[in-house]
Amino acid sequence: MKIVVLVKPVPDTYGDRVLSLETGLADRAASETVLDEITERALEAVIRHAEESAKSGAGEVEVVAMTMAPADSQSTLRKALAMGAASAVHIADERLAGADLVRTAEVLAAALRRAGADLIVAGNGSTDGSGGVMPSMLAELLELPAATRLETIEITADAVRGTRETDGGTMTVTAALPAVVSVTERMPDPRFPALKGIMGAKKKPLEVVALDDLSAELEGLGVALDETASARSIMVAATQRPAREAGEIITDDGTAGERIAAFLADRRLA
Amino acid sequence: MTMPSRTEMNRSEAGQAEAGASQPSQGLSETSAEERAALVEAVRDFADARLAPFANQRDADHEFPVETLCEAGQLGLGAICVREDVGGSGLSRLDAIAIYEELARGDIAVATYISIHNMVVGMIDAEGTDEQRRRWLPQLTDMSELASYCLTEPGAGSDAAAVATTAVRDGDDYVLTGTKQFISGAGTSAVYVVMARTGLTDDGGVDPAQRGSRGMTAFVVPASAPGLSFGAEEQKMGWHAQPTRAVVLDGVRVPASDRLGEEGEGFGIAMRGLNGGRLGIAAASIGGAQFALERTVAYVKERATFGQPLATRQHVQFELADMETELQAARALLERAAAKLDAKAPDAPVACAMAKRFATDAGFRVADQALQLHGGYGYLHEYGIERVVRDLRVHRILEGSNEMMRMIVGRAVLGER
Repeated sequence: MKIVVLVKPVPDTYGDRVLSLETGLADRAASETVLDEITERALEAVIRHAEESAKSGAGEVEVVAMTMAPADSQSTLRKALAMGAASAVHIADERLAGADLVRTAEVLAAALRRAGADLIVAGNGSTDGSGGVMPSMLAELLELPAATRLETIEITADAVRGTRETDGGTMTVTAALPAVVSVTERMPDPRFPALKGIMGAKKKPLEVVALDDLSAELEGLGVALDETASARSIMVAATQRPAREAGEIITDDGTAGERIAAFLADRRLA
Repeated sequence: MTMPSRTEMNRSEAGQAEAGASQPSQGLSETSAEERAALVEAVRDFADARLAPFANQRDADHEFPVETLCEAGQLGLGAICVREDVGGSGLSRLDAIAIYEELARGDIAVATYISIHNMVVGMIDAEGTDEQRRRWLPQLTDMSELASYCLTEPGAGSDAAAVATTAVRDGDDYVLTGTKQFISGAGTSAVYVVMARTGLTDDGGVDPAQRGSRGMTAFVVPASAPGLSFGAEEQKMGWHAQPTRAVVLDGVRVPASDRLGEEGEGFGIAMRGLNGGRLGIAAASIGGAQFALERTVAYVKERATFGQPLATRQHVQFELADMETELQAARALLERAAAKLDAKAPDAPVACAMAKRFATDAGFRVADQALQLHGGYGYLHEYGIERVVRDLRVHRILEGSNEMMRMIVGRAVLGER
């Protein structure tokens, strides 16, 4: 079985995150680039499954880490390899800078079709773009079932099962493979990569894929190879988030309730 | 915090250090600057999550975090420079010092215990037979079992050749009797590498040809050996997160198959082990002091006196400049020594002694100055600075006192052996 885990290099959430007001894109030089934690957790869950599967003789599970990211973000893929992924696929192409969600989904879908996966696992949202729709978009493009926001995951030879929280309760969902799933931060804590794993990561295959390498798959999906001429979404303006101002402190002299009600009504919040 | 800039510094230094190493040692893999950065980052993540948040409490509670050490073992931190066939990580000394520095930024007492464990495991790896390596090392490399180094005695510290513990041959066994003092991990460790005197005459005297360092032999002794017992836990100034006890050997039978090396080779084995041990202690001094410096940089920006942040005072800037310079100098000297030990250079022991003396003195001074710049808060346990000062004080004494380091360097300068 081959499981592709979609991982994402993101600006470190513990550092300053800066949006370039000129390009509207994240300024990647402004902070450390790290593997998004949710994708580390997804990877951890899948690696554990692969280890257990190998131990119990249930069959070999090949774990592939895949990302679409700028060329200089390979150290994050090396970390995925150090944690235990067998190989990595890095889709890197200057023509993909600033790709929107739909474009990203098309390219990832093409790469996933090229790789051929029994199961595709992603986080339920990234800490930088926080779109939260990528797994569903991929499922649509690849015509696969999608089981999203799983809090537990159980993988068998021909299906994936898990639970998801909804407003009304907890659902248990099952999808036949191949399928796309996304997982939440309820997944297990990611392991610390072992020193030996870090040194071994360099010997594992890390394939760099350019847009042109995906031409056949993109054509199969019925989408254009290069969209720079006809972007679907255009950043019109970007502004810095205004600095937080001090709030108004209401001291209760018997009228606090009325004043709070008035405050909310003024701002159409009540 | 100044962590991102530290990462950059480490990266560039790692690259330079690599370029400066004359050759990688046999059997160890060469580490690229990128790999070194990934190693350091992984160890930092571990230290940030498992060591730093608990360092003050473990100090206060005198807690030896055996479970955390076990987890460190899973990462390969129990046998950093040990060959991979027995579970070692197969890294170089240059890698190891970068790793100990990061561990000590989290918790000095835990980092130095890990260094000591590595020293013992490294001795069995380097000096043991294949059979001994396969028997003792797999459970030590993953730190499911811990190890202690037993050289010092009540009457033999710097004068290590004065060891009085005896090992008397009796058939296929040796019978060990004596007391070892200041043993890190004693009582918890599963394995003790013990230096004892062999070559005794039948009437209990010492064969004149076996006096001093020549008559010492190393043994691997399991905690379960009958006759092995431990003194009370010593009440120390620092290093509270690791236990220190005396190890008492009362007629402990050790099969000859557990002798490390040949009879009379013990002193050389003990000293070779200490070369790496000194690098570890020195690196931990730098790491602990680096933590104190980072805390101080944050503090002087926040703390205002006479209407101005401390950081605007030229005196404070000069102090910070000296602290940074001392630590960078110590790091450079330490990397030089590690590269020499990796290259098995003949003057590696001198370089290790020089780096140990300089880095442990510099680390202590920087920590003490960090405390001074923190004012009264530096004296409070909560701020973690006084713990660093207490922990780093002993680095100038153990693994060979800094006076002994000067003797080693002084002899080399004078062209003596």
